[in-house]
Amino acid sequence: MSATESKISELPIYTAKDFTTDQDVRWCPGCGDYAVLSAVRKALPGIARKREDYVFVSGIGCAARFPYYMETYGMHSIHGRALAVATGVKCANPGLEVCVVSGDGDLFSIGGNHTIHTMRRNVDITILLLNNKIYGLTKGQYSPTSETGKISPTSPAGSIDYPINPIAIAVATGCTFIARSLDVDMKGMDAIIKRAMAHRGTSFVEVYQDCNIFNHKAWFYASQKDTMPENTIKVEHGKPLIFGTDRDKGIRFNNGRPEVVLIGQNGITEADLIVHDETDMFLASMYAQMAHPEFPEPMGILHADPTKPTYNDLLYQQLEEAKQKSGQPDLQALITGNESWEVQ
Amino acid sequence: MPTDQAIENQSTTLDSVVIRFCGDSGDGMQLTGGQFTDTSALFGNDFATFPDFPAEIRAPKGTTFGVSGFQVHLSSESIFTPGDRVNAMIAMNPAGFKVNLEDVEPGGIVIVNEDEFTKGNLSKCGYLDGYNPLEDDEINNKYALVKVPMSRLTKESLADSGMGAKDVNRCRNMFALGIAYWLYERSLDHTKEYLVKKFAEKKGLPEVAKINIRALEAGYYFGETAEVFPARYRVPKAKQEPGTYRQISGNEATVLGLVTAAQKASKPIVYASYPITPASGVFHGLAHLKRFGIKTIQSEDEIAAICTAIGASFAGDIGVTGTSGPGLALKGEAMGLALMLELPLVIVNVQRAGPATGLPTKTEQADLLQAMYGRHCESPLIIVAPRSPSDCFNMAIEAVRLAVEFMTPVIYLSDGYIANGAEPWKVPSVGDIPTINITHPKQEDFADGEFLPYARDPETLKRPWAIPGTPGLEHRVGSLEKEAGTGNVSYDADNHDYMVRMRAKKVANAANSIPLLEVDGDPSGDVLVLGWGGTFGSITTAINEVRASGHSVSYAHLQYLNPFPSNTEEVLGSFKKVVIPEINLGQLSTLIRSKYLIDTIGINIVKGKPFRVETLVERITEVVSS
Repeated sequence: MSATESKISELPIYTAKDFTTDQDVRWCPGCGDYAVLSAVRKALPGIARKREDYVFVSGIGCAARFPYYMETYGMHSIHGRALAVATGVKCANPGLEVCVVSGDGDLFSIGGNHTIHTMRRNVDITILLLNNKIYGLTKGQYSPTSETGKISPTSPAGSIDYPINPIAIAVATGCTFIARSLDVDMKGMDAIIKRAMAHRGTSFVEVYQDCNIFNHKAWFYASQKDTMPENTIKVEHGKPLIFGTDRDKGIRFNNGRPEVVLIGQNGITEADLIVHDETDMFLASMYAQMAHPEFPEPMGILHADPTKPTYNDLLYQQLEEAKQKSGQPDLQALITGNESWEVQ
Repeated sequence: MPTDQAIENQSTTLDSVVIRFCGDSGDGMQLTGGQFTDTSALFGNDFATFPDFPAEIRAPKGTTFGVSGFQVHLSSESIFTPGDRVNAMIAMNPAGFKVNLEDVEPGGIVIVNEDEFTKGNLSKCGYLDGYNPLEDDEINNKYALVKVPMSRLTKESLADSGMGAKDVNRCRNMFALGIAYWLYERSLDHTKEYLVKKFAEKKGLPEVAKINIRALEAGYYFGETAEVFPARYRVPKAKQEPGTYRQISGNEATVLGLVTAAQKASKPIVYASYPITPASGVFHGLAHLKRFGIKTIQSEDEIAAICTAIGASFAGDIGVTGTSGPGLALKGEAMGLALMLELPLVIVNVQRAGPATGLPTKTEQADLLQAMYGRHCESPLIIVAPRSPSDCFNMAIEAVRLAVEFMTPVIYLSDGYIANGAEPWKVPSVGDIPTINITHPKQEDFADGEFLPYARDPETLKRPWAIPGTPGLEHRVGSLEKEAGTGNVSYDADNHDYMVRMRAKKVANAANSIPLLEVDGDPSGDVLVLGWGGTFGSITTAINEVRASGHSVSYAHLQYLNPFPSNTEEVLGSFKKVVIPEINLGQLSTLIRSKYLIDTIGINIVKGKPFRVETLVERITEVVSS
């Protein structure tokens, strides 16, 4: 399975350009997707993988055009089904690095079932959710992540749907790698993409992505210079949960519930704060519920459990065991069966 | 093992016999019928079986809708169907008796477990209060009714076994089987071995094996000593070509065909599927063949299943998905994707009666138009249909061959009848089956030029199958229209028109790669009967009967539905009338009429059952004699 995983020194030296196709990128000027594309193209040369071993799979939507712009193997499939296709790719050849780039409609509406089951099975696929909280390609209808009350062409009086919580879904399915980033945070995204690709199991990365045509500023509460430090919190494994422009705020448990506190006030010190442990699913569960405005929204690698075997590994393990047990399979014996008879 | 000599000269020799075992779905009728078939197969009869079971796993006990039946037709001649008329029925309860009696020929043997004909059981299956059909003179006059207290005799014969009432009670079917073995002069050996293997060796329950064997023997001895049967019957061995034979059902043959195709193509198969009746048998069979590199994936839904198979094909395995009609409907969009991507894919559709959930365990041939047209826009793909249980082996190999030869999805239309029915099969030699050649391009192949993912082979029109992991051939495929050659996204009007035509032409070209349509009988004349798929056995039998009564009729049977064999028009044009029997309201007729502008006469019966031969004989005779 690791036959195609190579040492980086043995690989051709790639640059972002090597992962760039000759196709014109056709997203709207100013779209957050450009930042993600750029981050991925820049991250791949830093990963010990040959270019021919990458497969980018997408469904339908703005984000789904992604594979056309990556000079790797790729498939732009049909709406919602990218993960099912990607599962087939990975199970046919587990030596490939399979990445699904998708939107909130693809992953949480029409393809919601595949999202749940891919994560639950722990298929070794990296999923980038470009969440813009809107349907862009179909011209601005509300999406499953849109806030209640969203005015859109199909909800002129305001959407009466409650939004889905992607991180909570990932937690519920037992997803083994859960992360979140902002499209404007190139550095943060680079680190997360590298870790996500290296993770063996389903990696789920939610990216807050701005649709500057149909849902501009949807994430401004979290993505701007002045709002980011106050309304997001970057979690780092082994470090206390601290945030704020002056890094004077933290999160502690109060009676089993997280609470925003001011460091230095009422005798609170860093030692009172929650320390991030990415292996702890209970913390991931808590992060899933931390939402603006009550809490800063957690960014970074919220959960990573490399110990759970992947679906594709288990599949191949069973194949191997069956082969070991039976020795050289005999096709003639198989089709003849155990209860044949001879006619003279 | 009792010897036969005592009654040797009392037995009547028959060319063939149709026996039906029936009872409650918990009575083990499928097992009983299966054992009777195995034993007869080993003896050397030709046979055909028809298991008929309810959709409910355990319907309320004793009700008519919980009746499970297994019919087997044994013969010393070549036979093609499980038979219309039952010569002998073994009914384990009144519900089975009630549901199945009308199929028994007048004068036929009806053996019943009379212990079950209690007041309560009779009322459960809807007999009027105070009425017991076993005491009805009309029934007694019409059939050779044999009342056997099977429950009590089984219990008595196992009284000293020390086993509980539940285990003892479960042996009733073996008692019944023992009677059947005596009546048809069959050996008990095979079933004894089976019982030992099943209960003693596999489940570690030697005592259960023992009581089942004792019940089986008790039934046999009962037949011998009770003198309640008018005669014993003997169906001699059939004359068969020399060779190794086995019993095979359509679903088993599909499994073996897929595995053989994979081996012949030196490729793993990824079989992604969602359980559905009656296709699950294929899934179960393949799941046990991991040693042959078969990867089975139980997907979360029908759409995921086909998409996973498509992903597998993109990555270089042979993607196969299996389903039945309702699932095929769900896979529609993804089939369109596969044919847009021009990747090999096999879609096994074991048809069942519908629409919607319909009659899940009953058969039908009504997905032909769905297979042909059940996708949006211009989306042709190859359609093949096996004609009998054993033919599933050949056609499954054909489906894989055509999928890779033309880089296209292929729909394989089996049906519930041939999927579950079984017949003897002369096992082919693996070495005689041709190799399926697959090449994946390499970077070196394009030293002098550019790799174009949508460049076409001039002959087959297929595109190259370059697979991920191949250096230098990185490319993107997708559901948006492809530019000819490059495969880049193209919105160009003329390019779209060209690609639509190319995809259609490619599928039409497959006609050059499939066998011609053969005509059984005169190559031209007044009447041609044209069948397709799983009705081959019924139509063949009917044709033989029509001919035996002095009429001339020719017969052709389609196993390739899209494209049709290249001589189809010529064959049809050689006859004044074309009769098309199909278990739908005229789907092949629709295709034939629209393609060849000829009229057809349909024989269309949609009862969730295979054709009755006598109905076909009647209807075909009407046409040939008019």
